[in-house]
Amino acid sequence: MFYELRIMTTSSVSKGCFVFKPSTKKKKTSLTVADYFNEGLKDSEDGKKRFESCQLLWQQMKSQTEQLQEELNKRLFENLIGFLRKSHADFHDKKDDWSCRMRASEIPTAALVLGVNVTDHDLTFNSLADILHETITPYVVLLQSKECPGIKQLLQKLLIQLMGNTADIELDEEEEQVTISQRKMNCSLASLSGWYKRATKKPASPKKKRSSTSTHWESPPVVVIFKDLESFTASVLQEFIVISSGYVQELPLVLVFGIATSPMIIHRLLSHSVSSRLCIELFQSMSCTEHLATVVDQLLLTNHFPFKLSGRALQVLITIFLYHDFSVQNFIKGLQLSVVEHFYTQPLSVLCCSLPESRKRIKNLSHAQCENIRHLSSFMSYVESQTPENQVKLLTNDSFLKEMTQEFLERLTSYHENFTPILRCLHHFTCILPKYPLGKQVRELYCACLEKKVWETEDYNSALLLLRMLAKDEIVTTLQKCVAVLTPYSEKELGHTLEKLEEFLIHFQSLEENTLNGEDEDTSPQKALQKKTDLYQLQKKLLEMKETRRAKKLTKFEMLRQDVVDFIDCIVREYLVPPEMLPLHEVVYFSAASTLRRHLNAAPRVALHTALNNPASYLKTLENEAGSVSNVAPDICIAYKLHLECGRLINLYDWLEAFSTVVHAGEGSDSDSAQQVDEVTHARFIRAVSELELLGFVKPTKQKTDHVARLTWGGC
Amino acid sequence: MSSLAHTAYPEEKLQEVAKLTLCRESQVSTLLSIFGERQHLSFPSIFIYGHTGTGKTYILQTVLSTLELPCAFINCVECFTPRLLFEQILNHLHHHHPAPENEFSSKERCDTFNDFVRLYNRGMSELSLQETFYIVLDKAELLREMDANLLPGFLRLQELTESNVTVIFLTEIVWETFRPNTGCFEPLTLYFPDYSKVELQKILSSEFPVKYSAEFYASYINILLGVFYTVCRDIKELRHLAALNFPKFCEPVIKGEAKESDSHKLWKNIEPHLKRAMQTVYLREISSSQWERIQQEDREASHLKGLSAHAHVELPYYSKFLLIAAYLASFNPARTDKRFFLKHHGKIKKTDFLKKHEKTSNHLLGPKPFPLDRLLAILYSIVDSRVAPTANIFSQISSLVTLQLLTLVGHDDQLEGPKYKCTVSLDFIRAVARTVNFDIVRYLYDFL
Repeated sequence: MFYELRIMTTSSVSKGCFVFKPSTKKKKTSLTVADYFNEGLKDSEDGKKRFESCQLLWQQMKSQTEQLQEELNKRLFENLIGFLRKSHADFHDKKDDWSCRMRASEIPTAALVLGVNVTDHDLTFNSLADILHETITPYVVLLQSKECPGIKQLLQKLLIQLMGNTADIELDEEEEQVTISQRKMNCSLASLSGWYKRATKKPASPKKKRSSTSTHWESPPVVVIFKDLESFTASVLQEFIVISSGYVQELPLVLVFGIATSPMIIHRLLSHSVSSRLCIELFQSMSCTEHLATVVDQLLLTNHFPFKLSGRALQVLITIFLYHDFSVQNFIKGLQLSVVEHFYTQPLSVLCCSLPESRKRIKNLSHAQCENIRHLSSFMSYVESQTPENQVKLLTNDSFLKEMTQEFLERLTSYHENFTPILRCLHHFTCILPKYPLGKQVRELYCACLEKKVWETEDYNSALLLLRMLAKDEIVTTLQKCVAVLTPYSEKELGHTLEKLEEFLIHFQSLEENTLNGEDEDTSPQKALQKKTDLYQLQKKLLEMKETRRAKKLTKFEMLRQDVVDFIDCIVREYLVPPEMLPLHEVVYFSAASTLRRHLNAAPRVALHTALNNPASYLKTLENEAGSVSNVAPDICIAYKLHLECGRLINLYDWLEAFSTVVHAGEGSDSDSAQQVDEVTHARFIRAVSELELLGFVKPTKQKTDHVARLTWGGC
Repeated sequence: MSSLAHTAYPEEKLQEVAKLTLCRESQVSTLLSIFGERQHLSFPSIFIYGHTGTGKTYILQTVLSTLELPCAFINCVECFTPRLLFEQILNHLHHHHPAPENEFSSKERCDTFNDFVRLYNRGMSELSLQETFYIVLDKAELLREMDANLLPGFLRLQELTESNVTVIFLTEIVWETFRPNTGCFEPLTLYFPDYSKVELQKILSSEFPVKYSAEFYASYINILLGVFYTVCRDIKELRHLAALNFPKFCEPVIKGEAKESDSHKLWKNIEPHLKRAMQTVYLREISSSQWERIQQEDREASHLKGLSAHAHVELPYYSKFLLIAAYLASFNPARTDKRFFLKHHGKIKKTDFLKKHEKTSNHLLGPKPFPLDRLLAILYSIVDSRVAPTANIFSQISSLVTLQLLTLVGHDDQLEGPKYKCTVSLDFIRAVARTVNFDIVRYLYDFL
């Protein structure tokens, strides 16, 4: 055995298994992340380097996602800040004019619709709070429904967050300010408005202002953010709004409702008398599918990162997103998992780094790593295609192999460089087609191209057919878009493609000028028809025209269109080859989709069922006897299997008898085992049943004596 | 000559009260006669009720403050615990205000009614207050949900404290719903009826802006009431609406297109505008500030969609099917599942099948609870592809609960199999089903 188990030698209070590699020399007191990473490596080759590049890569990806998040939220936040400033200005220069006096004082409220991906909201709210802190007001309170079961707790939370917050700001100036005794203080809005008056008066005093506070207004609004409006109790919200509307003259309160479903919920939660105290404005965040599209676009469809997801792995992540949670955070977590998993399981992932760096690393590759390369399936298929001499060289000569590896990696990089722009071009063409045969989003096309040769699919062929029927203006605009995509690559390999596309554009333009001259030939047969003819002649003529039309030469435009489509087909075949065709693609592509699925989309019911129904799948010592109940299986498995055959109510005595029969099945003497159940079997049975009860599979019932109710699937 | 005559108070004060309390002369004079002179013992408790916006709070506040009567005006919504209530009354008595100087604390700590009576008496003797002290409890209906001794105690506070105090309850509901089972002191009840249209007209037009003549504003109020009187009699809301839409009414005058006396032209200008306001601003579909912006920019209000227009909710694919399955489970009788979800169910006629009580539409009866297993069984049969019962599916169910699209019924025992109800409307579920090409109506028992 590779690992050995030592239980006694460790100084642990709790029982447990400790895995040691035989090679471990020193026992470390505290393990770092890197140690954990290296500890479990199956193939410890270059463990340290792999860990470092993994960390580095993930840091880059993470900062990229954070930046992305910020940009995406920017517009929404700008609108919100504008709203806050405005609501605040109303409060600020409250003139004592007629309309102000007559108007009911409403609390300005922003209804922030964020979509059902609740897991992403925390991040949004936190950055919102930060931005508000910086720009508008130091008084921002975040409230969560689970912290506020009653109005009392809500007000407490509000006051503590507000008053504690200024205590932080003025900590060095006035120590005694911090110690407002929470116990003595009444948690009411009256105290809050008293506190606010004093807090806002402060900066006016000659004390030197802090740079952070100077950006705020003289009387900054108090922003209360309800993170999850749906989960707040209606009565708590109503009471809070009624109370605070009485103070809105003295305390410039602004509410922000975080809404996951639809703004209709406001009307459902608040009665008219309450909602009439609010001045609600709606703000909508970007939909999460769009968000995902940008994340895919910026993280996966770029060449900034050496790491790539295989089609199937990407499909798993996208499926979880679209079918289950709509959470971009979870998608990014999944991406992180695949990065870690890739570096953890693939020994050659050490080469998954920037090209110059990999050059160095290739030189230092050990013999074992070279062997690893030789075992890659993509490499093997490459070897098969070579001449016998080369084959021998590749399989025996390490330095030659390293040279080749270098070449392969360079080829991979240039492949990626060409892949994405061409993919985008193709997407520009396919996304204008009716019914979207290759998908509406670029990610769908990307998945399709990653998985197999896209030009062999039916969808691609139908898309090409449709492309051959495009109108001229559509072709021209799409070509222009493609040119725009390719322009940055004009220096490189794709320069030729770019030139060709530009050529097409020029042709189209010249066509436009020529159309005026060419029209007359088209109209001539129509004219012939207009002459007076009898029925027979008309029929004859029509037949003739049909003939000519079939054989008619294509117009110039049609020919050009044909050329364009053929050219696109050609570049697709050249550049959009699936990565599996390339040698050494395993170095950068993570393809263990099943691992991802197992980790991210666990199936607890299925796992429990297999464990109990077929213990051999987990306990390798049991021989596999599918279907039948074996007496060597753990007691709970036997009891579970027997209970599957019962109805909704299970007679305990029958169950016990069946259990005893199974347990003693191997002993041969079947005649006396049926007579009496011995005590040991009885005890084992009771234990098995109570274990099942603990797992929630059965429960005691009062409907019938000596029966238990079955709670599992199918019990009816 | 003022309609209010009372010997105890100076004439000019009474006149001021009369000027401020239009159309409530009879109620005010009743109140004043109950109050009596400053030193006189008044009735121990007065119960005043009437609809929202009938001026209860306003009248009491005006009378008490203009006549400078000692009082404590308490809003019961704010005082969610008895302690806060007691302490606030005592603060008012001592003219004490929670402020940073006293660390926002009350004058005295007071937790029980017994303490309150004791502290109140002490305060009275300290201040040697001879006049009647008025304790006004606004939104008194909330007292019913607090401690049981609170309401009876306040009703006979005069007797308990043996001092000159009157407690006034203000509420929107009738006394009969207050009366505790154990019996109590009966207060004097006083009803504030709704303002009539004429009265509303009179009150609202009295507050005309300085720039315009009273007649001009009165004609505007007349049009406003013509539109809104049927739906709203709350004077505060009406005043708010009047202020909100007045600039639009003045617009032709300012532009010089019409004179102040061109009532027909002005009416034609404002009437459709007010009707639109009734459907939008009044229901808070769009906010007042947005409404003002629309007015200023002179846009059509239809450009701005109200809150209800954003009814669409984007859900993950399986969440949609979970919601559909939940809806079916909530509105179909469990016995009919076989008919809908098995291939060879045989023919079951609806009429043979019905029990008597099932003849009424399930949609009229509302959603019924269903167990988790039934939900999953329906889910598996309505989704085309195979669905694995993964952890994600279960977490989706609970997130649907937090989104209030499903509700958990009786969650005392998780092991026993939780039960849910689907709370979405038919329109909503049809919109959801349409996005996944699922014809839900075909699966609903009510629409067979």
